[in-house]
Amino acid sequence: MTVSASFRKKLRYFDVDISLECRSGKMMVLIGPSGGGKTTIIRMLAGLEKPDEGSLCFGNDIWFDSLRRINVKPQKRRLGYVFQDYNLFPHLNLFDNAAFAAADKKEVHALFELFRIDHLKKRKPHMVSGGERQRCAICQALARHPRLLLLDEPFSALDVVTRRGLREEIKSLKGKLSCPIIYVTHDINEALFLADEILPVVDGKADYGWMQRTITREPGEGTPTRGAREPRLSLVY
Amino acid sequence: MYVTLKLALVSTVVLMVLAAPISYFLAYTRFPGKSFIEALIYLPMALPPTVIGFYLIILMGPKGWIGSLWEKFTGGSLLFTFLGIAIASVIYSIPFAVQPMKAAFAKIDRRLLENAYILGLSKRATFLRVIIPNSFGGIAAAAILVFLHSIGAFGVLLMVGGSIPGETKVASIAIYEAVEMMNYRTAGLIALSFIPISYAFLLLINKLSDGPRA
Repeated sequence: MTVSASFRKKLRYFDVDISLECRSGKMMVLIGPSGGGKTTIIRMLAGLEKPDEGSLCFGNDIWFDSLRRINVKPQKRRLGYVFQDYNLFPHLNLFDNAAFAAADKKEVHALFELFRIDHLKKRKPHMVSGGERQRCAICQALARHPRLLLLDEPFSALDVVTRRGLREEIKSLKGKLSCPIIYVTHDINEALFLADEILPVVDGKADYGWMQRTITREPGEGTPTRGAREPRLSLVY
Repeated sequence: MYVTLKLALVSTVVLMVLAAPISYFLAYTRFPGKSFIEALIYLPMALPPTVIGFYLIILMGPKGWIGSLWEKFTGGSLLFTFLGIAIASVIYSIPFAVQPMKAAFAKIDRRLLENAYILGLSKRATFLRVIIPNSFGGIAAAAILVFLHSIGAFGVLLMVGGSIPGETKVASIAIYEAVEMMNYRTAGLIALSFIPISYAFLLLINKLSDGPRA
């Protein structure tokens, strides 16, 4: 299955005008400076914001089409969405959070083991660390058997060590999933490490020169190429 | 005291059911004229109880549209009945239910609601499974305020229900009558019973609003 989108939306300081396409099992990373429209794009993919114009298809299903006035609700899109601030339900323990919309609770147990948080099932979100909350949020998203997985700067609130560990986990998870994955970050290292495809977004538009310009500002560093692995860059940390 | 507690309990239960959707509507929707509707809901808080009582007599009396409709279907009157004072108590206490509930609903992080939608929950299911459990403090505070306010109601109930023992004679009216008859001992005993009940409930409100979430 392929998710393909073409959106236009007027924002306060600029207009979002972007097209993207991502196939099952692939990860597309949206990268760019903060406030550049990445989160708006991912929210439009989720159905949490409505584009002014454009279309969004998942395989043969039309999720949004401004001309035909189609706008499928987020509830009907069967997505996994990992938010920047986890958004776990504070009144539920970690297991109940992850099992909130799960088709099969046994799978949630397996996911908790996979992400090594099975000893924290009974804890409430405020009783565990940011990294553990984020693992639980990923379990919550995966337990729904998402057709499309969206991750919006999932590690931005975490410390460098936890962040690197989770990055590895996401990378290994990518091989096990058969849905398209859209990942938002402003961290070039993260993008180069995880992405199958990179879409730099600046002021709501694709700007393929942005990475090059940003990286070459750093003296003594090489220029990464698309799909490069294990780059030696120290731009963000 | 039996009629008083029964009235407070009925008002609380009815208002919890009635105020929850109204509070949700006020907390999460925007529409022209919303402030007018909100002010109308809070109006009983600002009006003298006798003014509310007067309009309720007009509405629930034999010539009022609620009273005449009731009489047409049941053959009885709403005035000077327990049902009549229960309706009056609900209208009189509605702001005390809506205000804390609306504040509690509005305080919930919108991103939690978005996560619920992403996870496939309808707006109604989100209300029941996310908003209500995370607004427990506000809902409990609303219930306690309504209960206390109903216990203490006097003017509205006297106008709508009079003082029929076992039917509409609530504790505050009993105190008033005892004082009128210079029976200070009876008035003092009934009045004294209010203090521990009200104090205990206020302590509970404080505990609920100070306590940790979740």
